[in-house]
Amino acid sequence: MTATTQQTAVRTGALVRALIYALLLLFAVYYLLPLYVMVVNSLKPLEEIRQGNMLALPRTWTIEPWLSAWSTAQIGVQPTGLKPYFLNSIQMVVPAVFTSTLLGALNGYVLTKWRFRGADFVFTLMLLSCFIPFQIVLIPSARILGLLGLGGTVTGLVLIHAIYGLGFTTLFFRNYYEAFPSELVRAAMIDGAGFFQIFRRILLPSSGPIIVVTVIWQFTNIWNDFLFGSSFSNADSQPMTVALNNLVNSSTGVKEYNVHFAGAILAALPTLVVYIVSGRYFVRGLMAGAVKG
Amino acid sequence: MAFLEIEKLEKRFGSVSILKGIDLDIDEGGFLVLVGPSGCGKSTLLNTIAGLESVSGGEIRIAGKRVNELHPSRRDIAMVFQSYALYPNMTVAQNISFGMEIKGVPKPERDKAIAGVSETLQIGHLLDRKPSQLSGGQRQRVAMGRALVRRPQVFLFDEPLSNLDAKLRVDMRTEIKRLHQSMKRTIVYVTHDQIEAMTLATKIAVLKDGVLQQAGTPAEIYNSPTNMFVADFMGSPAMNLIPATVNVSGKSPALDIGAYGGRTMSLDLGASNGMLSKFSGRPVMFGIRPEAITDPEGADRTSKNLITAECFVEVVEPAGSDTFAVVHLGGKEAVARLRADAKVVPGTVAKLAFNLDKAVFFDPETQQRIA
Repeated sequence: MTATTQQTAVRTGALVRALIYALLLLFAVYYLLPLYVMVVNSLKPLEEIRQGNMLALPRTWTIEPWLSAWSTAQIGVQPTGLKPYFLNSIQMVVPAVFTSTLLGALNGYVLTKWRFRGADFVFTLMLLSCFIPFQIVLIPSARILGLLGLGGTVTGLVLIHAIYGLGFTTLFFRNYYEAFPSELVRAAMIDGAGFFQIFRRILLPSSGPIIVVTVIWQFTNIWNDFLFGSSFSNADSQPMTVALNNLVNSSTGVKEYNVHFAGAILAALPTLVVYIVSGRYFVRGLMAGAVKG
Repeated sequence: MAFLEIEKLEKRFGSVSILKGIDLDIDEGGFLVLVGPSGCGKSTLLNTIAGLESVSGGEIRIAGKRVNELHPSRRDIAMVFQSYALYPNMTVAQNISFGMEIKGVPKPERDKAIAGVSETLQIGHLLDRKPSQLSGGQRQRVAMGRALVRRPQVFLFDEPLSNLDAKLRVDMRTEIKRLHQSMKRTIVYVTHDQIEAMTLATKIAVLKDGVLQQAGTPAEIYNSPTNMFVADFMGSPAMNLIPATVNVSGKSPALDIGAYGGRTMSLDLGASNGMLSKFSGRPVMFGIRPEAITDPEGADRTSKNLITAECFVEVVEPAGSDTFAVVHLGGKEAVARLRADAKVVPGTVAKLAFNLDKAVFFDPETQQRIA
């Protein structure tokens, strides 16, 4: 009797499990299909695409579209490929992520461990900045960048992104440090450590997981930004996203779909890499905290 | 002159007053324990001594020097926190030497200090571990090591044993007492555990709602509490506080207590309690420790005023070393502490000896001690 019940349970379990896997597989295929189309078509000569079958594997494999997208494709008026703009994006993202993360951490530290009268009000204001749509600040930002002489430069973009990211990075760090034991800060004070020493020696070394979260968030947002990039840059300082748009919209001659696909993948690659590489550390960081020593 | 002096100390957070004019001092090498219920201000008082909280009024002096405005690191103090507050990213050795590192003490000197402290506390084998790899007792030792290595004038302990299990707590208590005896440094220690307070202190300060209730040696606090709060708070089981009426119709004042079955029990107080005559016919609170109510065979023979009376025993709780009997007196439960093999049966009347030398009396209105 018991044995049969158990058998039934096992059989039902297996069936349900199979269904779950089938469903998951279906969704995975559904979500991966666009990527498949992009990868497959970026490896075909243009004639094959013109013949119409977007889903078919290439008959002649070629990496020509990738090389073209990277270094020779027509972007606007120059046949430079995406390479200089990729570098622009790197030059913009790295300092912007670094500054906004560091300042967010400092803000969080002050707002939780060196609380002053009105600290919560200041935090609410910073939180509010997360909800302001980008479009609203476009014209004031343009004016300020102009006054600072930073209009149309990568430095100007770094500044805008770093400031705009502060609301979020402060929110992340503030909530993380809120749970950080204040007794550690007090112990360090008695040990004679100053404001920055406590921050650098005590808080930062314990902030791994939240730093990774913030970096992923900031990197993805800043790299993918199009609005600020297109508004505050000129031909020399355009980030990758704007260049990709120009690549696709260049109206000279034929539409090189295979090159466009390759370019789009190139533009998405860094965020993917950041997520895959640091995502692992992120999970590891969470696990390290979860296991009691 | 006392070593650590606290004078008219006040602490306010906005309109809330946490410490309401504390006057307290401790001699050099003394062990001052601050005790009281949660929220009485004892931890705030410790934090003001440490300099982690500013004061709103009054003065703190260490070795005659005013320290109100001094940064915590310049007060020559060390503190052990309730959660130990070990830096999680550093090894035990780095934790212990962090303060010296900040001060710029050269490495060979730091290593020597670490070696010295780790030998005293027997944590030498733990020096390369991270705090997360230590047990509760080991963390406690490391936290003490971090305090010891500073060689401060005053040690501050903030409920250091409250996160340990019962057995370890007793061991560490002894350890702290031993350290204090060998180092002869001044210690201020916060706890809500009155047994810790009794065993460790050379001086106990009982606080309630930011007001110092009484400060004195453990014996003073235990035997002559100044009010009902101190009487009730110190000692386990707590002191019995029994409503009674003073009766001076006889040649010496007596105490009428409502006993079992509507009867009145009368205890002759003898001539020694003259102060009570003023309360003739009025209700008082009769305070007597459980160990002063015993079986007649186990009573203190040296007592000058030992009175035997019959009480109705409700519950008997054998505790191994003693037997506790719950009796009904004056409409309240009172605990008597009998010898382990005393013959008492619940639900019967038993003869109990009251050692009235140890009795104290309080005015139920003001809660203050009368005699």
